[in-house]
Amino acid sequence: MTDLPLVIELTILVLAAFLGFEVISKVPTMLHTPLMSGANFIHGIVIVGAILVLGYADDTFTKTVGFVAMVLATANVVGGWFVTDRMLGMFKRRPEPKREEPSE
Amino acid sequence: MISDPGVVGLLYLVTIVCFVVALRFLSSPKHARKGNWIGGVGMLVAIGTTLLLDGIGNWALIVVGGLIGSVVGVVGARTVRMTAMPQMVAIFNGVGGGAAALVALAEWHNIVDPAGDETVSIVLSALIGSISFAGSVVAFAKLQELVSGRPIVFPGQNVFNILVLLGAAGLGIAAVSGVEDQWVLYALIGLALLFGVMFVLPIGGADMPVVISLLNAFTGIAASATGFVLDSTVLIVSGMLVGAAGTLLTLLMAKAMNRSIANVLFGAFGQVQVAAGGARTDDGRTVRATSAEDVAVQLSFARKVIVVPGYGMAVAQAQHDVRQLADVLEERGVDVKYAIHPVAGRMPGHMNVLLAEANVPYTQLFEMDQINPEFAQADVALVIGANDVTNPAARHDTASPIYGMPILDVDKAASIVVMKRSMRPGFAGIDNELYLDPKTTMLFGDAKDSVLKLISAVKAT
Repeated sequence: MTDLPLVIELTILVLAAFLGFEVISKVPTMLHTPLMSGANFIHGIVIVGAILVLGYADDTFTKTVGFVAMVLATANVVGGWFVTDRMLGMFKRRPEPKREEPSE
Repeated sequence: MISDPGVVGLLYLVTIVCFVVALRFLSSPKHARKGNWIGGVGMLVAIGTTLLLDGIGNWALIVVGGLIGSVVGVVGARTVRMTAMPQMVAIFNGVGGGAAALVALAEWHNIVDPAGDETVSIVLSALIGSISFAGSVVAFAKLQELVSGRPIVFPGQNVFNILVLLGAAGLGIAAVSGVEDQWVLYALIGLALLFGVMFVLPIGGADMPVVISLLNAFTGIAASATGFVLDSTVLIVSGMLVGAAGTLLTLLMAKAMNRSIANVLFGAFGQVQVAAGGARTDDGRTVRATSAEDVAVQLSFARKVIVVPGYGMAVAQAQHDVRQLADVLEERGVDVKYAIHPVAGRMPGHMNVLLAEANVPYTQLFEMDQINPEFAQADVALVIGANDVTNPAARHDTASPIYGMPILDVDKAASIVVMKRSMRPGFAGIDNELYLDPKTTMLFGDAKDSVLKLISAVKAT
């Protein structure tokens, strides 16, 4: 990886925090549960770290730790994504045809 | 194989953009699912890029680990019941925190220059990740009722917890200032795990969503710290997005319950509330019980009915039947709306998910601020398994523990029907003066049974 100066990384961190607040504050309460699990999915990005550790590991200790990290991170990514998708799939504007549209 | 750091950086940038767009799309249920797909694509780009980096090996381990994790994730996500969503979120959150802590541990093991700023990031990632992991596991166990959902307290708890945390912080400082021994980080992780357990144990089941949201923020921040260790901007940014999201949600939730974060975390609410509220006078008013037939008549001839669902409805698994009741009423020309309190259910927005599962169109669900002015025009407010969020004491009784909490103005409706199993108080442990209102009638019994009776009675009317 490219070695960025610490100050640059901190700048990115702070800007990301503001961006996060800005974007999240627009999410309606209705979607807060999917939001939480969606955010859950996003921090699964730690899988990148797990792959880096495991992929470059050359002793047993690192391999073991990296392997467990890999399992946990994948469960986070996959589980987080599927659960969010399943929930969001339930939000419908109107239920399936079948019943008559009530006049508003 | 990708070796050009510029290309790698650009690919990770694609991931970041995807994540931000995914969160942005969550602002409307119309695009939200598409957003999640975009986020998924972003994740695949990041994983693919990392796998293709120069020198990545141990393929067998990566593939096997990935497979195990995927199976666990898919099975968990597919089989979980919607009422169990809070604990599912908790456990997937916990594993992320655990992964972050383990990455930090491996990096510590292979560190070249322990005095560098990398150590600070390693310590933070290990500390926060471990707290998040242990805390989430306890939260899961409590919500799943593997351990008591009631607050577990002992004397000097807060002092003990602070000492544990200080111990972990002390070890962290030792590591940063150059103590290079492996055991420093082991001990630090051990203490952080202990702290995670101890800090969630005293928190009551109904406050757990606030904790889960906070732990979600923790995992995000741990992932971000991992990004500093690995010099990976995609980790820094994505982790921080989640950190911000979790923090904001935690604040919103605490506000909806009119409690400070500190009160949620250290107050052990719902533990000893018996004396709260003081001497309550009934003025001779009594609770009036009613029958399903009477309620059916009331509902059938109403113009406007507002349904106020609470966790009691979800526990009784009555949401599908409630939807049916609403359908039957709508066929008769009754205007049916749902009023959703921000903390209805076991996490914010949980009630929306439960009703969406029962095929209630989200256009019928209204948030507190939208629906409150409408109660005055409603003929019937039908309260199903909700309690504290309808208690008018929150508006005027300064002695009440829920004083100041925003509530649904159910008492403004022309008549109120409360469906409840018994007179047992709600989570806050206080009586609901709504039940003594002369406009209120109570329909006692299991929510599901009562709703089924109502459906057939309305059909017969």
